[in-house]
Amino acid sequence: MKLTVNGTTHDVDVEEDMPLLWVLRDELNIKGVKYGCGIAQCGACTVHVDGVAVRSCQLAAADVDGEVTTIEGLGTPDSLHAVQAAWVEHQVAQCGYCQSGQIMQAASFLDLNPAPTDDQIDAAMSANLCRCGTYPRIRAAVKTAAQTLNGA
Amino acid sequence: MASIGKIARRTFLIGSAAIAGGVAFGIYKVRQDPANPLADDLAQGAATFNPWVRIDATGITLITPHPDLGQGATSMQAALIAEEMDLDFGQFATDIGVPSAAYYNRALADDGVPFMSTDDSFVAEAARGVMGGLVKLMGAQVTGGSTSVPDSFDKLREAGAVARETLKAAASQQTGIAVGELTTASAAVVLPDGTRIAYADLAQTAAGIEPVRDVALRGPSQWRLIGKPMQRLDILAKSTGTQMYGIDIEMDGMVHATTKCNPRKGGAMLGYDASAAETMRGVKKILPVTNGVAVVADNTWRAFRAAEEITFDWGPAPYPAEQQGHWDAVGAAFTDDHLDREWRNDGDVDAALSGDVVEAEYRAPYVAHQPLEPLSAVALVTDDRADVWVCHQGPRFVQDRVAAMTGLAADQVHVHNQYAGGSFGHRLEFENIDRTVEIAMQMPGTPVKMTFRREEDFAQNITRHIGMSRARGAVAEGRVVACDLGIATPSVLRSQMKRLGQSLPGPDNQIPAGAWNLPYDLPNFRVRGYAVPELAPVSSWRSVGASTAGFFADSFLDELIHAAGADPMAERLRLCNDDVARKVLEAVAEMSDWGGDMGPDRGRGVALVNSFGVPVAEVVEVTNTDRGIRIDRVFVAADVGRIVDPVNFENNVQGAVIWGLGHAMNSEITYADGMAEQDNYHMAEGMRLNQCPEIIVRGLENAEKIRGIGEPPVPPAAPALANAIFAATGIRLREMPFYNHIDFA
Repeated sequence: MKLTVNGTTHDVDVEEDMPLLWVLRDELNIKGVKYGCGIAQCGACTVHVDGVAVRSCQLAAADVDGEVTTIEGLGTPDSLHAVQAAWVEHQVAQCGYCQSGQIMQAASFLDLNPAPTDDQIDAAMSANLCRCGTYPRIRAAVKTAAQTLNGA
Repeated sequence: MASIGKIARRTFLIGSAAIAGGVAFGIYKVRQDPANPLADDLAQGAATFNPWVRIDATGITLITPHPDLGQGATSMQAALIAEEMDLDFGQFATDIGVPSAAYYNRALADDGVPFMSTDDSFVAEAARGVMGGLVKLMGAQVTGGSTSVPDSFDKLREAGAVARETLKAAASQQTGIAVGELTTASAAVVLPDGTRIAYADLAQTAAGIEPVRDVALRGPSQWRLIGKPMQRLDILAKSTGTQMYGIDIEMDGMVHATTKCNPRKGGAMLGYDASAAETMRGVKKILPVTNGVAVVADNTWRAFRAAEEITFDWGPAPYPAEQQGHWDAVGAAFTDDHLDREWRNDGDVDAALSGDVVEAEYRAPYVAHQPLEPLSAVALVTDDRADVWVCHQGPRFVQDRVAAMTGLAADQVHVHNQYAGGSFGHRLEFENIDRTVEIAMQMPGTPVKMTFRREEDFAQNITRHIGMSRARGAVAEGRVVACDLGIATPSVLRSQMKRLGQSLPGPDNQIPAGAWNLPYDLPNFRVRGYAVPELAPVSSWRSVGASTAGFFADSFLDELIHAAGADPMAERLRLCNDDVARKVLEAVAEMSDWGGDMGPDRGRGVALVNSFGVPVAEVVEVTNTDRGIRIDRVFVAADVGRIVDPVNFENNVQGAVIWGLGHAMNSEITYADGMAEQDNYHMAEGMRLNQCPEIIVRGLENAEKIRGIGEPPVPPAAPALANAIFAATGIRLREMPFYNHIDFA
């Protein structure tokens, strides 16, 4: 089947029910997306399909109906997305393992809701687990990113 | 303390016995520099000044042997070297290095001796010296016990200073200009006329001269980096998905494996049927491993899926099958024959408790570590070498273990330590490494990546210990006058050391950690540690013993203070007999406006626990809403003596508070039919962002010794929360996790 990831179309020979997560990681060697729980409880596997955050551990390869963007396609160390720049500015990461998913979740959320309230930020980000406990910095970084994206 | 001489003699005897009459040799060996691992493979023209700095044509590399588990250890270690060496961030690479005896952890021994960490008496210091020597001799390159900063602070600055002065000597030799006329800045020696000679251009000369060892360290007023906000070296990679972790390693010809072993940990596999799995797409092999099987496939998910199609006949657990059996064993351990040590006995407790007493029983459950990166490893075994790519907190132990498994010599085993997606103590154990090497030994020449499914990680997790406290106390005239704490837990240190083939030479100071060293002048105060015979295996979990004993001790003290009718903050301050601890209490009192009106359905709780030598006070504010308890704010003050990086300090403190609160709220491991009942995050969730309070942090620097911050803010979080809930609701929570007894919003 064909999958478009970060602007490149790949022909992959996988079972229809292989989760997108494992197509990305083990078939296409795209490693920014992470395996955490396998049951949509942690959000480490979050990627975008047509710009909308999805849990790639729960999305079967055959059901991918749009262009996939992973953290590598959102921005790069030389050209950061506003959310990534905010993550750097606030030094959010500790171990960093969840942060690809956090950033993808935040980018999708801010795209849909460019001026969120604090409660909306909490609601949008609470399905992404961070075992290191970087939540205070995630909140601050989402607010900074919102301001940047709004040109403030 | 009257008994200190006796303790000291015993400690010295233990030290002597542990190295079998080799004390003099041991001390002599200890005073030598361990063999320098960097000298083995130095490129032509490269110089090594000590085991922490490498300069060659490719540039400057700083060796940072404490693995980065998320705590920022790599940046911290590099900054200490760079400070003295006059390097700027961006002018050096870092390398975690190879396992080596040269990277022993001296600070780890400081809390391994049975003295209070605040006891700086000569005998205590001397005992720590012996223990430090043992650690150095054994080459325990261990990251744990919040020791990376104290272990590194002087050692790495000295490394940087020796490097700097030796480079200046080299520049002097090259130019004929006296060393006293030379300065250094931004990775170069600067001549009096302003000419700069890059360190890299001095490497060859420096290699030919004796290192300059007699160097004084710079004082705080000269520091460029220490104490100022730093940008973590890994922050860009960790914000762009480009940080590689052990689980991300790819190699040509690599296969993907997973294992499924008896969830009754340590129990045998009596039989299995893999016929359905064998024919599944991508499955290459089904191989036996200890107490289970491995599925080797061409893709991780295919291995996972096939493993689920195997049926097993598991043998029984070597511990009580049901949770109640564990509690029964803990409860039965409060007897003289299980007394591990009486850690404190001030005043006359029995006399003070002869009248009216306050009594309570406290409990703390088994808890899993479950860092977000599931345990994994990559191994490649051939006839004459083994390579393992993994993050482990004790890489030398990995090396020895793999050598024993494969029959290779230790120097044929190459451990490539990786960045970790968290640990919290999980990476002090070996299940993932043992299983991976077992597979790789059956597939010589093929690189094998083994990844645990999250469910397998939960099933095999060697958890935090279970524990119970039976507490009695007395109050009089508005004051706390007596406190008697019996604390019973299985011994974490004995359980861990047994798996290392070692034994603990003495009592386990983690059973009463955080309780026996309460910095309070209670006129009658007794703490006894009881060792429960091993049940399920247990391991170090972020803050270890203090995560349970700190909860017991501070919560019960709070009960006594309320029974006395005193103010929880005022009575703690009145009792506090340690200036450093008092100042952290005073700090949170001021930060939280303690005593100020909070309005209805709200409450504040305070707790103070000293673990790993760091007193931490926390005030938690809660509101009792119609959806349950909401944690509004937490005020934290901690004293580590010297803060290396205030940004990372704050991040670590906030994370540790969230760790402590989240697990106290909703996380436990319980056994049924010999297996952990919780198998993924939905059953052991920890805190989520919408529950996260505002956390206001203040770091103090009054303590004389520098200490680490990764663990000490964990223990006060649970009692401060329980004390706040009591203040808001009148409900006293004596058992974690609290959600079994009260709802959280």
